Amino acid sequence: MDHPIKRDHSRFRKIVKGKIRDSLKKYVSNGEMPIQKGSGTYKVPMPKIETPRFKFGSKQQGGMGQGEGEKGDPVEQEGEPQEGSEEAGNGEGGKELDVELSLDELASILGEELELPNIEPKGKKSLQSTTDRYNSIGQVGPDSLKHFKRSYKEALKRQVSTGTYDKDNPVIVPVRGDFRYRSANTTIEFENSAVVIYMMDVSGSMGDEQKEIVRTESFWINLWLKSQYKDIEIRYIIHDATAKEVDEEIFFKTRESGGTLISSAYKLCREIIQEDYNPREWNIYPFHFSDGDNWSTDDTKLCLDILKNDIIPSSNVFCYGQVESRYGSGQFLKDLNTGFGNESEEIILSKIKNKEAILDSIKEFLGKGK
Amino acid sequence: MNRTKPIQGELFDLKNVIESHAINYGLDFYPVVFEECDYDTVNILAAQGGFPSRYPHWKFGLDYDQLSKGYAYGVQKIYEMVINTDPCYAYLLKANNLVDQKTVMAHVYGHADFFKNNYWFSGTNRKMMDVMANNGTKIRRYMNKFGQDKVESFIDKVLSLENLLDHNLLFEKRKKAIKIEEEEEFDEFEGQSEALKSFFRTKKRYENEKGEQGSGSSKSENSEVETLRDSSLPSKDILGFLMEKAPLKDWESDIIGMLREEAYYFLPQRMTKIINEGWASYWHSTIMTNNALNPSEIIDFADHHAGVMAMSRQQINPYKIGIELFRDIEYRWDTGKFGKEYNDCQDMNKKLNWNTNTKLGRKKIFEIRKTHNDITFVDEFLTEEFCQRQNIFTYKFNPRTNRHEVDSREFKEIKSKLLNQLTNSGSPVIEAIDSNFSNRGELLLKHIHYGVDLDYGQACETLKNISSLWKRPCVIDSIVEGAPSRILFDGKEVKTQKI
Repeated sequence: MDHPIKRDHSRFRKIVKGKIRDSLKKYVSNGEMPIQKGSGTYKVPMPKIETPRFKFGSKQQGGMGQGEGEKGDPVEQEGEPQEGSEEAGNGEGGKELDVELSLDELASILGEELELPNIEPKGKKSLQSTTDRYNSIGQVGPDSLKHFKRSYKEALKRQVSTGTYDKDNPVIVPVRGDFRYRSANTTIEFENSAVVIYMMDVSGSMGDEQKEIVRTESFWINLWLKSQYKDIEIRYIIHDATAKEVDEEIFFKTRESGGTLISSAYKLCREIIQEDYNPREWNIYPFHFSDGDNWSTDDTKLCLDILKNDIIPSSNVFCYGQVESRYGSGQFLKDLNTGFGNESEEIILSKIKNKEAILDSIKEFLGKGK
Repeated sequence: MNRTKPIQGELFDLKNVIESHAINYGLDFYPVVFEECDYDTVNILAAQGGFPSRYPHWKFGLDYDQLSKGYAYGVQKIYEMVINTDPCYAYLLKANNLVDQKTVMAHVYGHADFFKNNYWFSGTNRKMMDVMANNGTKIRRYMNKFGQDKVESFIDKVLSLENLLDHNLLFEKRKKAIKIEEEEEFDEFEGQSEALKSFFRTKKRYENEKGEQGSGSSKSENSEVETLRDSSLPSKDILGFLMEKAPLKDWESDIIGMLREEAYYFLPQRMTKIINEGWASYWHSTIMTNNALNPSEIIDFADHHAGVMAMSRQQINPYKIGIELFRDIEYRWDTGKFGKEYNDCQDMNKKLNWNTNTKLGRKKIFEIRKTHNDITFVDEFLTEEFCQRQNIFTYKFNPRTNRHEVDSREFKEIKSKLLNQLTNSGSPVIEAIDSNFSNRGELLLKHIHYGVDLDYGQACETLKNISSLWKRPCVIDSIVEGAPSRILFDGKEVKTQKI
């Protein structure tokens, strides 16, 4: 049995998760993203959880230390309290608590808060994923996987059956054929496969704040989709008047300028789907973020055509998020609206006014469980 | 499941050696039981205040979480832990090397001697291991009966008042304990905490009196409440006050009683941080350097000793100040640098070379460890030369540059700041003044202001917690940014008004 403190620990974790859920909106709109660490956990910074007490305010109190320095010299505040002094005197400041959560935990917090339904995957389970488990015994293998007990048993059996076993001097000498090794069984599992294709307008009118919104929103969307599909591929497209496929870093950092031809992105998106993702096997999620400014009505018409004929039929759902910017007209959203109507099942439109609206927009996108 | 095991073999032999050195130096302690454990167990024990069994509460989980991470990232490591009980329990980290183990043992004997002999610990219940375990069992039982969430959130509220203690009660409790022993025969409340026993006694007496006076006694009931209130207020023992006077269920009072008892148990340790760590460090250093070190171990010892003694610009390291003060005192009393003649001497040169060969140092420091706590220790023995030698300064926050800056190296300032920090073991002094404030049964508290404001946000939250125990609005008078103010929580919102 585990030490009872493990129960205290899981109580504490529960409280932490509750706090994160309560302040999820703040996190999301501050753009404070959990930092991904190795092994699939995320570090979430949050204010220290503490029992309130009557205690002194720290600023007025000041303190004392040892060392060099004239009046007015700074006392560096970065360092944390000394080792060895577990109660650390009065020096405990507003330390931040770093909480580690797994992807599933974080996603379930998001899911609970936004009341997101689980996604009903379409298509058959086609993606093969293999797992190796060392759950059987073989006659060959490397020394490092030698199974001593089984090898001993084999040697014993052989010696007993050949009559070389001496019960007064029970020394067992294994020969080559006695050795047994742990061996792996490979199991193949079929998974639902999914791909997310992000498209972002990086024309001159998309400022840093707009990109920050896209970044935050796509982080949380990824998180949710990752929790729903075991293996997920993510592709990034940026466009102004022309479109190109880029990697994640460039996607969020580039600042281009110039005009906007949304159709260029949609064309590229169509190409990617046609080349790499068979819609019958893949769950495809194209997301497009823009400030809603398109070069011409002709181009918009072309966009609608591509969407209707190619992209939407092959996608689970097409999501368009319009980030409000000072320069954008926001016309494209209206055009999509007239093109597809409000009630359309295959297309989700969302208007993101500012950072505070990110969470609502995520809910709009993912709330349908598609 | 045994996570700790008694030391054996080489460690056990070392323990005997160190112990005999300690005894030869005149240290006097309850038997010390050393146990060995791995880092995870040390973290668990440390999170639980050193005790193997506590009541269930998330705060232990939080501390455990932090300690485990601190260890995993290599930023902190617990070397020693010792519990003030009879026998003393001390834990050694299995992975430490021998020289560390020896140092820790010597250090532990210093603590053990201090626990046994220092006056502030004289009222301590030395069977606290059992008390804590029993408290754990009882609270677990309450949780089974009333629900974990309910009991835990009640504990949250009580813990929020944990630091509102009356230091003088450390000795009153002892008096009471003696008295209770005398009237042992009617102890029908066995197994309950001391505090709860006295609560039930009061209640019983009260009920008896009520019975005697017959039925038409609503008036006398009032007067009884009246007198009870008058006699117990003002009080700094906020937990004790609430336990007896707040409209609580029995299990709630019982929990307050238990947590209060635990808080008072830890109080002397909070009052003697510098002197206790100083004493233990003095002895590990003395025993190791004079007796126990092998030549090959000197570098490791010096390295780790220096790590523990490291000075910091942000705060006073109690280990460092403590050991240096003891050494300074020993030196002064060895050379006769004390008393009227020395103090009155005007000749600096003569003073500097003063040596009357009194050789009273050892004797003096043994006396000090018997009677002093941090405040009296610093008040009496911190000297100007000492502060200069130790490079001590005070700092304060400069709002203009938005950082903490060195403020002063004046002896007077340093000393008064240090004493202020130590006053009431670093907690604000809070008194319950009136339990029928505004004649509406509201509770009036007063913060006795010594120049530092309360943390306002925390004060409001704490007030809410008190109020939820008191079941009526609560008020605290304090000073906020120079203006005498009254912070009031009326059950819905916190209001602050100038008075």
